[in-house]
Amino acid sequence: MSAATSAGAPETTTASPAPVSARERMRRRRRTVVLVLSVLLVVGFVLAICLGRYVLTPAEVVEAFVKLESFDHQVVVEWRLPRTLAAIAFGGALAASGAIFQTLSRNPLGSPDVIGFSTGAYTGALIAGIVLGNAVPVELGALVGGFVTAAVVYLLAYRRGIDGFRLIIVGVAVSGILSAVNVWIRLRAKAEVAMAAGAWGAGSLSLVDWARLVPAMIVIAILGVALIVLAPRLRQLELGDDAAKAHGVRVEPSRLALVAVGVALAAIATAVTGPIAFIALAAPQIAARLTRGPGIPLIPAALLGAVLLLAADQLAQNALPGVPVGVVTVCVGGGYLIWLLVREARRR
Amino acid sequence: MSAEPAGTTGARRAGASAADPIGTDPTGTDPNPEENDVTLAEASATASTGPEGGAVDAPGAPRLRTQGARLAYDRRVIAENLSVDIPDRSFTVIVGPNACGKSTLLRSLSRLLTPTAGTVTLDEKPLGGYAPKEAARVVGLLPQSSTAPDGITVADLVARGRYPHQGLFRQWTSTDEQAVERAMVATEVDALADRHVAELSGGQRQRVWAAMALAQETPILLLDEPTTFLDIAHQIELLDLFARLHRDGTTVVAVLHELNQAARYATHLIAMKAGEVVAEGPPSEIVTAELVEEVFGLACVVIPDPETGTPLVIPRASRD
Repeated sequence: MSAATSAGAPETTTASPAPVSARERMRRRRRTVVLVLSVLLVVGFVLAICLGRYVLTPAEVVEAFVKLESFDHQVVVEWRLPRTLAAIAFGGALAASGAIFQTLSRNPLGSPDVIGFSTGAYTGALIAGIVLGNAVPVELGALVGGFVTAAVVYLLAYRRGIDGFRLIIVGVAVSGILSAVNVWIRLRAKAEVAMAAGAWGAGSLSLVDWARLVPAMIVIAILGVALIVLAPRLRQLELGDDAAKAHGVRVEPSRLALVAVGVALAAIATAVTGPIAFIALAAPQIAARLTRGPGIPLIPAALLGAVLLLAADQLAQNALPGVPVGVVTVCVGGGYLIWLLVREARRR
Repeated sequence: MSAEPAGTTGARRAGASAADPIGTDPTGTDPNPEENDVTLAEASATASTGPEGGAVDAPGAPRLRTQGARLAYDRRVIAENLSVDIPDRSFTVIVGPNACGKSTLLRSLSRLLTPTAGTVTLDEKPLGGYAPKEAARVVGLLPQSSTAPDGITVADLVARGRYPHQGLFRQWTSTDEQAVERAMVATEVDALADRHVAELSGGQRQRVWAAMALAQETPILLLDEPTTFLDIAHQIELLDLFARLHRDGTTVVAVLHELNQAARYATHLIAMKAGEVVAEGPPSEIVTAELVEEVFGLACVVIPDPETGTPLVIPRASRD
């Protein structure tokens, strides 16, 4: 990309006199953001593995991988590693999902946790886990719940196309109804099942183990590849349907595929962790402000989501023992959501 | 017309390879991919200035046409049995009163609207039969309204017009870079390349959108009311730009509101009323007081434009 820019440069007689163009500066800024977030993620990963009530040095961590029978092995490989990887994978998945929906709805509030897709996924998971007594895998329940909710919200909001703001209002309403349904399902369940579902209902990474994490990570990886393939179409849809069509995008199938990937990303995270709010809402917006556009950048958003969820989980584990990470993200995110709603209301 | 076969084979050949629209000449001896990678716009431009193709002004056989098309939104039928030919290398302007179906016709020509009956064809083949990107390398569009993503710069926005020339494994090349550069120079926004689109004036912004359509490098360019919301100076500036494109070999099709601008810039005028074509042909032949009365219901006199000699429509003074 930069090579092509410099190749074209000699022809631009009227180009800005500065040696580095603003465009190039933006690209560098974006690269820097990606680099810094990646470093933060690696550092966070190492800290998350080493720190906790039982502190390990990096050398002890490496040793723990080899000593299969040790307590350290149990702590690192069975407890901390899956939880840390889960925070990274689900944080990234939620943020990517948020970036898709916020871009498609052209609205910072159009993220899956606000418009009910995460709540719906949780409803599906609860039905699979409690009502059907695990006859259906919880992950499948969450996916079905997420897709059914998305279909209902889209149908209710559809009127000669989808308007972002109507989608959000309908989504918030559906989300409210589904939250009540979720409470009702849990109230009807047996006490011990309801207790487990309750912690999960707040959004927690403490229940993650390898058996649940590995399939989820495989699905997220596949969805990630699909998103990379679809990303240029998302960038075209940003320009409006007419321009996208004029450029040769199959608008409706592309939008449907992007919605499907977005719903699946949010649902798969919700299936394993319960509904973790705020990441899908805030990470894409913060990433857009850090990179200063254009639009909502997918990779920085996903990286930021991973960093945010990892940090929130560390905060929940080490500073607020016993508090599920979902409560931390809700508390931080609640204020942000109110600020967004107020700003949105004033614009209208 | 000698130029016609070149353009036609170019469009057909585009179907053979999605990765390289026209440069896949198996007999080509030049190993340099950039030399081979001529866009259709360049190909037709070259053809028009070829030894026998000097007569750019004489419109050729139509590449884009509708035949017996029924155009409708849901159940609301806008036009029935509509047959329109867009002469190749013409500057065609579609005029008519509000809601006469002129924008709808343009939408059908640009694949935004599929006719519910009849066909829209490009080089004798239904538009729906082309892969979307393939069609987008031949027919470009400046839509009535588009959205600029937050924080995007002019050059980045113009670059998005290169989408139909890119694929999963054919990413950004110097050909794309040069096309963007040319488009920005042609629309005189090259000095604004690094500016944010959001901070531009309305006239500048419309030129940037035009640049994005130009970067697509299509031999046919459709314009849906490109001058709406612009002041008179910016309107003329933009129309002059399209006239230059037409001179350089592009087929330009525009929907315009201003009848006198249409008469001045068009080489081929299509007057529509209630979903039907009332008259078509060179403005100097078809624009008469009777036609304006019939199409717009406006009493007027038509005199020669003192600048260009094209018909100038002067509404009659009110008799009240």
